[in-house]
Amino acid sequence: MAQWNRSGYFRSSGSRDVNPDLETERQTASFSVERLTAILDGGADNTRTRRAVEAVIHSEPGFSRENQYFQSQNERYEAAVRRSVYLKEKMHQMGWTEDGPEIKYCYRALGGDLAFNVHRVFKNSILALGTDEQIAKWIPLADKYHIIGTYAQTELGHGTFLRGLETTAIFDISTQEFTLNTPKISAMKWWPGDLGRSATHAVVFAQLYIKGKCYGLHAFILQIRSLRDHSPAPGVIVGDIGPKMNFEHIDNGYLMLQNINIPRENMLSRFSQVLPDGTYVKRGSDKINYLTMIMTRIHILWIEVIPTLLKACTIATRYSVVRRQSKLNPGDPEAKILDYQTQQQKLLPLLATAYAFHFMNAYVNEFYNKGYTEIRQENFDSLPELHALTAGIKAIITEYCTAGAEVCLRACGGHGYSALSGLPFLYTKLAASCTYEGENTVLFLQTARFLVKCLAAVHSGQPIPPSATYLSSVDSGKCQARTSVDFLKPDIYAEAYRHRATRLLGNAATKLQGLVQSGAEQHEAWNQCTVQLVQAAKAHCHYIVVKNFIDTVEKLRNEAEIQKIVKHLCDLFALHGIFSNTGDFLYAGYISGDQIDMVTASYLDLLAVIRNDAVPLVDAFDFTDESLNSALGSYDGHVYQRLYEWAQKSPTNKQVSQAYARYLKPLFQSALSKL
Amino acid sequence: MNEDLRRERDSASFNPELLTHILDGGAERTQRRKEIEALVLNDPDFQHEDLNFLSRSQRYEEAIRKSALMVVKLRKYGIADPDEIYWFKRTCLGSFVEPLGLHFSMFTNTLQNQCTVGQQDKWLPLTYGLQIIGTYAQTEMGHGTHLRGLETTATYDPATQEFILNSPTVTSIKWWPGGLGKTSNHAIVLAQLYTQGQCKGLHAFIVPIRQLGTHEPLPGITVGDIGPKFGYDEMDNGYLKMDNFRIPRENMLMKYAKIEPDGTYVKPVSDKLTYGTMVFIRSIIVGDSARSLSKACTIAIRYSSVRHQSELKPGDPEPQILDYQTQQYKLFPLLATAYAFHFVGAYMKMTYYRITGDINEGDLSELPELHALTAGLKAFTSWIANAGIEECRMACGGHGYSRCSGLPDIYVTFTPCCTYEGENTVMMLQTARFLIKSYTQVCSGQLVSGMVSYLNDLSGQHIQPQQVAARPTAVHINDPASLVEAYKLRASRFVEVAAKNLQAELNRRKSREDAWNRTSVDLVRASEAHCHYVVVKLFTTQLSEINDAAVHAVMNNLCLLYALYGISKHTGDFLQAGILTDAQVTQVYQRVKELLAAIRPNAVALVDAFDFHDNCLASVLGRYDGNIYENMFEWAKKSPLNKTEVHEAFHKHLKPKQAKL
Repeated sequence: MAQWNRSGYFRSSGSRDVNPDLETERQTASFSVERLTAILDGGADNTRTRRAVEAVIHSEPGFSRENQYFQSQNERYEAAVRRSVYLKEKMHQMGWTEDGPEIKYCYRALGGDLAFNVHRVFKNSILALGTDEQIAKWIPLADKYHIIGTYAQTELGHGTFLRGLETTAIFDISTQEFTLNTPKISAMKWWPGDLGRSATHAVVFAQLYIKGKCYGLHAFILQIRSLRDHSPAPGVIVGDIGPKMNFEHIDNGYLMLQNINIPRENMLSRFSQVLPDGTYVKRGSDKINYLTMIMTRIHILWIEVIPTLLKACTIATRYSVVRRQSKLNPGDPEAKILDYQTQQQKLLPLLATAYAFHFMNAYVNEFYNKGYTEIRQENFDSLPELHALTAGIKAIITEYCTAGAEVCLRACGGHGYSALSGLPFLYTKLAASCTYEGENTVLFLQTARFLVKCLAAVHSGQPIPPSATYLSSVDSGKCQARTSVDFLKPDIYAEAYRHRATRLLGNAATKLQGLVQSGAEQHEAWNQCTVQLVQAAKAHCHYIVVKNFIDTVEKLRNEAEIQKIVKHLCDLFALHGIFSNTGDFLYAGYISGDQIDMVTASYLDLLAVIRNDAVPLVDAFDFTDESLNSALGSYDGHVYQRLYEWAQKSPTNKQVSQAYARYLKPLFQSALSKL
Repeated sequence: MNEDLRRERDSASFNPELLTHILDGGAERTQRRKEIEALVLNDPDFQHEDLNFLSRSQRYEEAIRKSALMVVKLRKYGIADPDEIYWFKRTCLGSFVEPLGLHFSMFTNTLQNQCTVGQQDKWLPLTYGLQIIGTYAQTEMGHGTHLRGLETTATYDPATQEFILNSPTVTSIKWWPGGLGKTSNHAIVLAQLYTQGQCKGLHAFIVPIRQLGTHEPLPGITVGDIGPKFGYDEMDNGYLKMDNFRIPRENMLMKYAKIEPDGTYVKPVSDKLTYGTMVFIRSIIVGDSARSLSKACTIAIRYSSVRHQSELKPGDPEPQILDYQTQQYKLFPLLATAYAFHFVGAYMKMTYYRITGDINEGDLSELPELHALTAGLKAFTSWIANAGIEECRMACGGHGYSRCSGLPDIYVTFTPCCTYEGENTVMMLQTARFLIKSYTQVCSGQLVSGMVSYLNDLSGQHIQPQQVAARPTAVHINDPASLVEAYKLRASRFVEVAAKNLQAELNRRKSREDAWNRTSVDLVRASEAHCHYVVVKLFTTQLSEINDAAVHAVMNNLCLLYALYGISKHTGDFLQAGILTDAQVTQVYQRVKELLAAIRPNAVALVDAFDFHDNCLASVLGRYDGNIYENMFEWAKKSPLNKTEVHEAFHKHLKPKQAKL
């Protein structure tokens, strides 16, 4: 029971007055939270930098996200613009640079509630596709926010399939200009962020036509709004696409172009150029553009997606030790809901997942950096693997994080549905990630295509890219575990995941081959196998994540206490996956029914073990209260007081509504005489 | 009409109208439903701006306007049948909720069920005319599921013959009741009754909270809106804190328990009727699961026939995305599920009416079982529908994320029912309690009846894991009846495993609650398997009642898909119990894909048969005519951010930057 006479409970995270139910959880931690935080940050220095940045950001009222949940779409947009402009000034003042370590901590402290995220993509695309002169002309303007850009690729009727885009850019030799047009409604640019209200310029993708011949998609820079009064340029129809499930602070926009003429120099020409006489020249490989896409994918995972799951876990876990409900033993007080096995089963595997994904960062970056170096030297050999790996990893991480945040929301009972819990905001943000930067099903199929090729390489004895070498190792055919404790051996479960990935891929490839051999056309056969191929790609990604988790645990050998708890999380992540997909492992008797019972026993035992460290494990993520922005998840655990305090600030309690005077009052009048 | 959709409709192998009649329960009912819907759709008074563009306060006001209007119109048209009122209201509300919802349901029902005749005479006429508006205040900030834990107190003062109501702690503040924040002037408050120094447990009191005439909160009452939520924007879910607030003795609802003027407490006679209300509400939620999922499927399937993307065959035009196997695999099992849940909802409602009949003469002995079993079905269907709506949204790519798709609204309006009227995990455990009780009964030699009667077979044929040779040939994957048997075996096995594990835990420790908690993952799994069996069984039963051959053929495919897809998602359960062999599992996977292809030509007709009017769907992507893109543009132009060509944020924040150019 929370008593009335508590003071200062809704002030700040600095308050040391902590709910005793949370306090006791912290006292029994089996490891140093501070140490684990440092490991998660990639070193104690990083933790220090991060906290210094957070302190600066949170001390400025100009960055406050208080009352965010009460704001309209218009207000949220304006606040995001204000914060972004202010952040720019603050960074300048503090001497933080665009490519410095502080910027990602700013983003984290502000929960990503900033505008001009696509402005960065605009710049990156010029850097990747522009000539040196183009870079010299546009980038300084963009850096200083003298122009604000957007990246206009997706159209109303076209997303995934770029060749299907319909916007046209026709070169006119007589004027030396391109004329850009939106030939029909489905060709309108639709969704680009920062386009609806903010952008002055756009990188627009269009089909290039010279002398009646189509040369495919190219990128053009054009001005869409006046720099003087911000009004749309003549021939430009531009606006906001309307309310969404979230991202209300972003002005996703539409753009229709009617005979817009731009000079020849405005086509981004690092890799292809149109000469004054209309000759089309191709130069080098534009494959490097894939790298921009891959980088964007990696970036959103670690800046946007994974931290959001970490936050959701923090909120739900803290709330679950403050909330008490029903009794576990007669005579006892009501139990903390985290003591219920069903609640543990909802939250703790997610906590393990959060750690599993966080640890993927190092793995993916290593791949990326290696690929980047090679590609810069015009060696594109590793590109297919890098592309396939990041596609599948993006898909599995966004899928699991989205589902996980929703589980967290529902695990908080009724209060999870309150916007003040922060969870609806986190969930709806994640929900978009399954679609943007590559629709997940499409991405899994790209990974599958790569894997099918790898498998063919295995069969023909050719070299296999590192992430798929396991496909060539020999399969024992049967799981070797004899007791439930055996299932806590990483070798045992890694092997099980490997077996599953290999088998599912093998089955899909065999089926595909069979269909082709029986006369089906390649594309038709592929379509008929896609359900299986998606399953195979998922199993592959699942294996990669498990394997990397195991490797991470091994690297912690100098941190005995931390290694122990992280090993538990690794075990839980792996066994939860088997427990939830028993059929994949039972099939053809790889794991026996008795062994499944062992998995279940070990899995349930782990829940009880990790339960004891659940709060320290989320504390180690070290989110500030301001960044969580949740009445349920604050560090001090004064859930109910804060919920009440925040609700009273709701505009619905302040604004005068006409509903009473107009519609209710006439009804109630006649009761006066009767009561 | 969009050419793609026209082609889809022309090529359907059955008449969707006939299927609509089955869903409505007869052609006459379809006709009457359409008449009622037309009353709303053709009435200019019910026209309103797109709610997506309004603020919370504006949406609230619009909802109140409509609620008041609905009362007037229903009376004008003389609509009194509960189903007809329901049709009328849902046509008015679309995917939204009304702040007066609890007034019409819980407030009025509680007065009807728990008031003495004298109390009814006083309060009911006022509620019918909306002269008072009430809500039902049970849940507190710190207490939901566990009712005994509620902290609000009502202390009887014999000197003045009044109850003194108090919210002693922060956690005791009433929190969440719909319509409490701004609308209601009365509330039924559940509080711990104290008299003569003793606590007599929870009782219901009718409490005035706002002044008639001014609508200001009464002295001693703190009341307000709990702030923004995940959806439910137009609902003023509220909080209520009471400080020494006094109400007369007559305001305790005294049909069952009573307080004499001197403070003597008179105990209630037990009643089973509250079970009836809960069963009814749960059947509504199951129906809602079906309906919300049907809407989402309608939108996603129509959009998938209009949207073209990528290429299947090099050189061909971009195909409809519904031609991709992965898209079919996302949507068709959900379509089958929507139909399955529809039949479950209809069954529950029918059973409820059969059992309660004339409530005073009906044989209520089946109610406790029905109550226990419907708890699980409420959870089972709402969880799956909830996930399904999101899958439909994601199947619409980026545009599903826009509120113009209607899918975000369907989702946020539906999703709280995983928690309200009984948190789903708690519901599953209630069903498990009944399953374990039935299992124990069978073990002690007594037979059980109804949906759990399969447990009777357990004593004879204990299901042994890994006995692959014993049974597999019995399952025919193309025969729905045989699949019902497979699901039955799976449920039996999980009930047995849970019961045995529970017993093992009990042997190890003293506390029954502790043992129960340590088995709860198994118990929930048993309940889920049981519910899954019930759904497959009811869907299969429904097939025999379809006379039209063409409709029967397509429904048979849907039923098979529902059953086989469920197996394919839980192959481990069937393999481990030896219900299916590896070879059969492979066949199941293959058959599922064949069924996707078989259902594909009828997909649009199957969602057309749900017969949602465009106004009800409120979705640009799901429009009947399929003219999506031009209408998305029209919709977007109305966005509040587009009210001015240059947004004020430019003048405030950006212009100072750009002036430096």
